[in-house]
Amino acid sequence: MAADPLSRVFSALADPTRRDLVARLASGDATVSALAEPYDVSIQAVSKHLRVLEDAGLVTKGRDAQRRPVHLEAEVFDLMTTWIERYRREAEERYRRLDDILRDLPADIAPIPPARTPPGAPS
Amino acid sequence: MTTAKHDTEIAADPTVPLIRIIREFEATPAQVFRAHTDPDLVKQWLGPRDLEMEVLTFDCRTGGEYRYVHRRGDEEYVFHGCFHEVTPASRIVQTFTFEGVPEAVALETMTIEDLGDGRCRLTGESLCDSFEGRDAMLASGMDEGVIQGYERLDELIARGAAG
Repeated sequence: MAADPLSRVFSALADPTRRDLVARLASGDATVSALAEPYDVSIQAVSKHLRVLEDAGLVTKGRDAQRRPVHLEAEVFDLMTTWIERYRREAEERYRRLDDILRDLPADIAPIPPARTPPGAPS
Repeated sequence: MTTAKHDTEIAADPTVPLIRIIREFEATPAQVFRAHTDPDLVKQWLGPRDLEMEVLTFDCRTGGEYRYVHRRGDEEYVFHGCFHEVTPASRIVQTFTFEGVPEAVALETMTIEDLGDGRCRLTGESLCDSFEGRDAMLASGMDEGVIQGYERLDELIARGAAG
């Protein structure tokens, strides 16, 4: 299994069935058998997928021993969104600095700078 | 400023270890390309805001190579790679390694699309060699807020496992 938490979340979501399970849990808690119903697979197979989601921290199972409804941990998604948003903002900051530089570049500038004189060579 | 409509878009693919960033500029493809190939311009915008960037090597042509360092006091972060393809005003393909993790390498592709009227769209893709590498890249340069995020996630997972 992937070592760090973010990787566990990403690899848990790399599977289409697990993404579908997450999407359905977003509208409310559900039991394993209710979750298994629309798929052409055994309850055991769905349980296995849920186990992966659980290990990644994406879902938890209720304490009610009879029903044990599966619950989506929305907080984990919020954290991922926060990380990715941070990275996006840093890129946007960089590109705003680039905007400033582009404003000062001549419209007819060559896409590549001329070959440079090696340092120390007579200019 | 009318930057809102140019806001950077980002996507982290769940099935391949890829980060894609898309941004539009009020500039021609040649201008944007020049800002990526001229080391005197590159060092003015590429580094994180609070770090000083020094370009050690920057031979931006197919088969050329680059190496640069970001500095903050005694801290140094050195990066290097080679330019696999440099097609003027349209595409740069390069490798990218952070020397702190020398065995990891990402393949970066930067494509510029001409939108006419002195505008263009830049798409940058970083394909990492593992999901861990991609996540490390997403987390790189981030402050303690992110580390707190990781700790918080560890807590959530621990709580889930106990429940």
